[in-house]
Amino acid sequence: MATGVKPRVKVPGSASAGEVITIKTLISHQMESGQRKDSDGNKIPRSIINRFTCEFNGQSVLDMTLEPAISTNPYVEFQATVPETGEFKFTWYDDDGDVYEDSKPITVG
Amino acid sequence: MLKRTTTALAAGLIAVATGGWADPDENQLVVNGDIEITTQAAAPAHLEGLSEIYSGWRFREVDTQATQMDDFDNPAFLAVDAAQEVWNTVEGEAGKSCATCHGDVMESMKGVRATYPKWNGEAEEVRTLAMQINACRTDNLDADAYGYTSGDMTAMEALISVASRGMPVDVAIDGPAQSMWEQGKEMYYTRYGQLELSCANCHEDNYGNYIRADHLSQGQINGFPVYRLKNTKLNASHDRFKGCIRDTRAETFKPGSPEFVALELYVASRGNGLSVEAPSVRN
Repeated sequence: MATGVKPRVKVPGSASAGEVITIKTLISHQMESGQRKDSDGNKIPRSIINRFTCEFNGQSVLDMTLEPAISTNPYVEFQATVPETGEFKFTWYDDDGDVYEDSKPITVG
Repeated sequence: MLKRTTTALAAGLIAVATGGWADPDENQLVVNGDIEITTQAAAPAHLEGLSEIYSGWRFREVDTQATQMDDFDNPAFLAVDAAQEVWNTVEGEAGKSCATCHGDVMESMKGVRATYPKWNGEAEEVRTLAMQINACRTDNLDADAYGYTSGDMTAMEALISVASRGMPVDVAIDGPAQSMWEQGKEMYYTRYGQLELSCANCHEDNYGNYIRADHLSQGQINGFPVYRLKNTKLNASHDRFKGCIRDTRAETFKPGSPEFVALELYVASRGNGLSVEAPSVRN
């Protein structure tokens, strides 16, 4: 259903132990709310990203529910504490069942 | 400077807004912590009405400025990403993509945005970047031309501009392009519409002042195509010209028309010395 979906993530490549880093994520997605009608008056079916999660080495960092009022190309920025070298894993869940994933390694030195 | 002040006083209402806080700010633009952008330079020799030229970035709010300082935050890069895919995709009857002839866009298109619009000897006309893209599409790819200010076109212009970011604008105004440049200059100083305003009335005589809630810049186009927060898309310079002339309550020229090509050539030359900034972020 959804076309042109592309996840993008920005995470620093390295950090010091216990440092709080800023993570920026953006997924290009139409986020069709389900409230709109097309030119013939038919309801355009809802098609949104409904859940976004971030894990670090298997541990949950963020788990959020997205609602239809969130606009096109949802941008989520948050902070996380990095205890050790590892990998951030990001997952977006689409209404149509598709799952989009991205991951970024980070080195603690 | 004297000229500016007297005009502002004559305008009465505008004079109220003159103060230290109205002028361009002193912020420095560095994109991605790496690409240093020149946002202030000595005016080119042909420009008599200004001594310093400033990028429109210097007239925007701090938040808007910050959005342009990181490509991840700059929404124009969604379009740039899309255009990068188009660049590598075969289109048209000739079975070629942009990459077939030009290879890596960041290498082959380096410096291109900085010199357009420019004279094309073969076609014997001044071509804007958009005209050149369409000529390439119809002649070489055998594909359909883009609409002059369409999303596809502005995205491709943005992609090509990224390859020149940080390089100084260097548009040639002599030689065969001169007559068109003169025409553009004539237009810049001609009052249009029921409000009888020329480009220069706002962008040369009153830059830094407020016109109602709008902080007037010098109207430089080194940042085009520009992502505007007001319509959340990339905007071509010809659409901006159209909007400005419409606001003078005049019948406007069409985007892509010879008049606007001449005006683009002239306005671009007013920014000779500033860095290519496109795709920029403005309100």
